[in-house]
Amino acid sequence: MATRITLFLLLLAVSPAVEGSGFAFAQETQEAAATMPAEDPELEAQVRRIAAKLRCPTCRALSVQDSPSGMAQEMRSLIREQLLAGKTPAEVEAYFVERYGEWILLEPKAEGFNWAVWLLPVFLLLGGLAFVLITARRWVREGQARAAALVKEGQEGEL
Amino acid sequence: MSLKKLLIPATAIPIVALLAYGLTRDPNMIESPLPGHEAFDFTSATLDGDTLSLADLRGKVVVINFWASWCIACIDEHQVFVEAERYYAGQDFQMLGVVYQDTPENARRWMARRGGNWPSVIDPSSRIAIDYGVYGVPETYFIDKGGWIQHKQIGPVNTLLMRDLVDRLLAESPGTEVTSTGALEGGVPTGRSAGHTGDAAGQAAGSDTQEGQP
Amino acid sequence: MISSLGYLAVGGALLLSVVGAVAAFAAMGGRPQLAPWARRAVYGVFALATLAILLMAVALVAHDFSVSYVAQVGSRSTPLFYTVISLWSSLDGSILFWGWILAGYSAAVVYIHRDRYQDLMPAVTGTLLIVSAFFWLLLAWPANPFVPTWQAFGLAPGQVPADGPGPNPLLQNHPFMGLHPPLLYLGYVGLTVPFAFGIAALLSGKVSGDWIRAVRLWTMAPWIFLTAGIVSGAWWSYEVLGWGGYWAWDPVENASFLPWLTATAFLHSIMVQERRQTLKMWNILLVIATFLLTLFGTFLTRSGILASVHAFVEGLIGPFFLGFITLVLIVSLALVAWRSDELKSEPALDAIASRETAFLFNNLLLVAFTFTVLLGTVYPLVAEAIRGVKVSVGAPYFNRMSVPIALGLVLLAGIGPALPWRRGSPDLLAKKFLWPTVAALLSGVVFWVFGARNFLTWLTLVFSVLAVALLIGEFWRPARARREAHGEGLGRALLAVVSKNRRRYGGYVVHFGIVIIAVGIALSSTYRREREFTLGIGEAATFAGYTVRLDSLYAGREPQRDFVEAAFSVGGDGGFSDTMRPRLNYYPTSQQPIGTPRVRTRPDADLYLSLMAYDRTGASATVNIIVNPMVVWIWIGGAIAALGALLAISNAGSGADRSRRAAAPSVRRAKPAEAGVGGDD
Repeated sequence: MATRITLFLLLLAVSPAVEGSGFAFAQETQEAAATMPAEDPELEAQVRRIAAKLRCPTCRALSVQDSPSGMAQEMRSLIREQLLAGKTPAEVEAYFVERYGEWILLEPKAEGFNWAVWLLPVFLLLGGLAFVLITARRWVREGQARAAALVKEGQEGEL
Repeated sequence: MSLKKLLIPATAIPIVALLAYGLTRDPNMIESPLPGHEAFDFTSATLDGDTLSLADLRGKVVVINFWASWCIACIDEHQVFVEAERYYAGQDFQMLGVVYQDTPENARRWMARRGGNWPSVIDPSSRIAIDYGVYGVPETYFIDKGGWIQHKQIGPVNTLLMRDLVDRLLAESPGTEVTSTGALEGGVPTGRSAGHTGDAAGQAAGSDTQEGQP
Repeated sequence: MISSLGYLAVGGALLLSVVGAVAAFAAMGGRPQLAPWARRAVYGVFALATLAILLMAVALVAHDFSVSYVAQVGSRSTPLFYTVISLWSSLDGSILFWGWILAGYSAAVVYIHRDRYQDLMPAVTGTLLIVSAFFWLLLAWPANPFVPTWQAFGLAPGQVPADGPGPNPLLQNHPFMGLHPPLLYLGYVGLTVPFAFGIAALLSGKVSGDWIRAVRLWTMAPWIFLTAGIVSGAWWSYEVLGWGGYWAWDPVENASFLPWLTATAFLHSIMVQERRQTLKMWNILLVIATFLLTLFGTFLTRSGILASVHAFVEGLIGPFFLGFITLVLIVSLALVAWRSDELKSEPALDAIASRETAFLFNNLLLVAFTFTVLLGTVYPLVAEAIRGVKVSVGAPYFNRMSVPIALGLVLLAGIGPALPWRRGSPDLLAKKFLWPTVAALLSGVVFWVFGARNFLTWLTLVFSVLAVALLIGEFWRPARARREAHGEGLGRALLAVVSKNRRRYGGYVVHFGIVIIAVGIALSSTYRREREFTLGIGEAATFAGYTVRLDSLYAGREPQRDFVEAAFSVGGDGGFSDTMRPRLNYYPTSQQPIGTPRVRTRPDADLYLSLMAYDRTGASATVNIIVNPMVVWIWIGGAIAALGALLAISNAGSGADRSRRAAAPSVRRAKPAEAGVGGDD
């Protein structure tokens, strides 16, 4: 474990080393976060729902809701602002799609060719269910027929 | 082997074709929907303490560059802009920076060290960046005299691209409606997105990282 | 020096793999005297691979920056532990590690089966050596970690850098990096072995019998590693990435999950073939798909075709992998087509309500799951190819699509084991299902009353209760019977029952583990709460029943990094009970801070603190507080599943199953089981 030194001293020691080090950056975020409004559960739930559907542009695999990055934080507060200004969730989404393209939606819109990604798994599952059930019944029937034939030939013992 | 049996190995073809196609694509090059769109106006404080409004620059070709002092790819690119500012001096050309996820002190120090006389506005809550659909820095937008976005460059701009685009946009008379974006992009070598980075905490949260997973 | 020796080892391994493969296939094609030579080639490859990896380890530990890989990932200030594990923290090293594990598995396979499976082993050896040759080719050419630094970096000849950048900061931020990748590789690479047996079965035409028996152990072992690797990877990202989640449906997470799904399906469906000589074609296809999915996953990470948290740098690796995937696809499918007549199976089913049918549904669900995840993962490529538009497929899609399938699997995890093979008498079925159904319904009411109002979560809980109750019945009934028969205590009887049929009960323990994971995921994702607070020193925030107070904020320096740490006192309503110290680490190679969250784990809920920002004067800090219920049960469930699978293969080789089989009233016309891989399920 390192020795404890004061934050001030460390900053003096480190800052000149790295231009634009994250120290100063982190402080910037802090200023933004300090202006957090009081929580309105209904509004916050709506913000979360929308943010969870948007892809964080700077981190690629995470949603705006899950990402702790500065950009995602700003997007969450922008969503909140727009909702407070009376926009509907669909309008907020449209705002982001207009600027970032369809890429920003974590779920492909269910329209046109995109239906493939939504429906193919369902078709496979339902088709598979039907296939397994029909095949299973056929196998049972054929098995019984064969067993009956074997009984006739007196070869039951072999089974 | 019968024809029917040949169908079994033939199923490999679409899979291989898709993966081969994937190899030719860069997942970080995301086509922006913005070219052809009117530029979003903003008014913000510059690093020098003035206030700047994009609408006031109407009638000029404006190149908006989103950058940060922590962005490595921005270093080389900056020289392209310094050179362009000199080259287009006296013409209807305006270079404009937007500082992305950075502090004004760091940005000021950076500009002082690396040169350039154009204004950079600060974007404290990233509203300008979100308005322009920025994924990370550097990203650069080319706005024509009429105030329309004509091209978006993800990743660093090079001199060739800069000259080609700005020359064409300067040649147009102001007021021409949406020009052929396709033509503009046609012969222009678009830079790869190498060196294009997202913001700070995004990296901390695991953005462009490597991991020893297969 | 190390570079030259490394070249020799890598080149030798490549050469031996090729020569050995030729010998192996010649042995199969009528020159059996070459079989021992193929085996010796496998041992030789293993020896050279071991030499190569030791050389790299020595180079890393000795900070020999004349080796390009060391110059890429090494640094004098990195602690020894992270220096050693940086062996697999970057592209070239990870492929070397891969080649070594493959060589190890191959040597184990040919040694253990040296006197057995005479029809299969030459082709198994040959297939393993071809795969091995591919990886050594990668290591000799596009991913050679031994290239001298001056060549790789374009320096003056012979020039050696004084120091390196060290591993990627994220990868030296948590000790789990020493555990998760090796486990995952052991799982991934191990799945080459069942594939080799599948190819051998096709080549030799012996598509039933031996290969199915041999392959069980060689699938179970990688399955255990893969399960542990996936769960530990989820745990790693939970502990490190700072957003309080463990699974983001990132392409590479999906890539590790896909072969797990098909391997799981395979482990179930081979039991049907073992018992009823059916599903021959299906099993071959599953084992091929599993191997292809491991290659596909590696291709995804190594080629950079999909944006991912885990993407390695691109290069020639992508085209190489694509070429190999194409080869494997076409050769194996052509073999399947060639043997398609032999692969036809007789229908074998006596009743719908039977274990066999449960396995069919299990396979259907697992394959549908695989298809869904695969489709979602590659859909951005498909959309770009067809629509010319980049789209994203992320967590909302995968969650929506996979929850119903996962629910079905939870249900089957209980129902399957309760259904007997062939057919069960309605009386027995009624007896088995009565109490578990009552328990599930009652629990459903209780959960509803206690506020479980999210329908899918509620359903998960109810199905889990049903599955657990059914599974308990499977342990309880035979234990009770034995207690009555032998007059033993219940615990002793249970132990005796389990140890006499470890394969079956080990499998059921795995099912317990999976159900526990499902409950953990359902509850933690539905009832997670989070909020960000900015606190001054001495100031406290109360959130979701927890109180968090900022005590101090300080900075420090360690050899490889600087850090800023905040100390928080945390507790429930009754005062403070613990101190948690989330921090931000600053590495010289990273312009941005790497957050290190802290987690206080309790059986009911985790308290998760991420330091987001701090005031430069040290007066305040911004912390993200996340309350994650029941997360720990995901790790526990993963451990139970892995241990259950270990139990299931623990007496492989002891012959205990063989004696049991002889006594069992099985109607199968089975040959005497091979020692080691026989047994019941």
